[in-house]
Amino acid sequence: MTLDRELVGRSYPPSAVYEVGRAKIAEFATAVGAPDPVHLDADAARAAGHPDVIAPPTFAVVISLEAAFVVLSDPEVGLDYSRVVHGEQRFLHHRPIRAGDRLVATTTIDAARTVAGNDLLTARVELATEDGEAVCTATSMLVARGEQGTT
Amino acid sequence: MSVEVGTELPEQVFRITRADLVRYAGASGDFNPIHWNERVATAVGLPGVIAHGMFTMALAGRAVTAWTGDPAAVVEYQVRFGRPVVVPDDDEGAELTVRGKVGALLDDGRARVDLTVTSEGEKVLSLARAVVRLP
Repeated sequence: MTLDRELVGRSYPPSAVYEVGRAKIAEFATAVGAPDPVHLDADAARAAGHPDVIAPPTFAVVISLEAAFVVLSDPEVGLDYSRVVHGEQRFLHHRPIRAGDRLVATTTIDAARTVAGNDLLTARVELATEDGEAVCTATSMLVARGEQGTT
Repeated sequence: MSVEVGTELPEQVFRITRADLVRYAGASGDFNPIHWNERVATAVGLPGVIAHGMFTMALAGRAVTAWTGDPAAVVEYQVRFGRPVVVPDDDEGAELTVRGKVGALLDDGRARVDLTVTSEGEKVLSLARAVVRLP
């Protein structure tokens, strides 16, 4: 199938609030082997000028990938979930994510095109606090391999 | 730290075992069975269980944060997932080598770091780059 260019610019309603916890940051930092005390120790984080422990640079994916997947459940997008792979990922940090943040994710389709039988869809997820402070822009390019695709 | 275009980051070598993938699945919430179940991975045409692309991205990012000494200095980070990292069911797992060098000095005391990320001699990420605030 071919992705409809009309999809570009489509936005989805904001997600429920995700409350970032110290234990989740510690769990993620441990899983990726990030040794920095600012992820694990609130005192060390404060000494470095942060209000609380901060998340490693790719932690935003815990919230953003699920938010990006709202496009897969949009019947007008019509991507075949079973064929979707993650093609590219980008994070733009406006400030580090930290424990205590109450984040809302808003997803927008930035690009949609079909190349060599593969559907390429770029979903931009804006993570902001409940009060509207921008925290991170997480952009995912999802690839749905076509029947004759080469990816 | 004296930084110029071409300055190289210390090379980092990581080992990825099946246990690491299970731990990352739990921490990230990505339970796709291709990252822990050989039967499912081979049924969809993969050579075996593969690492989460996002786990590979996180490890590569550690080469950058180890160099800056401050995870908050990473302002921007992006990768393209090229070839999967196949993780064998043994104690050694797969090896991931991360090299990096400064590709550009930007305004406001920032620098762009270009990463080369390989496993078994093959590039697994492409267009892997981070923008960091220099101390």
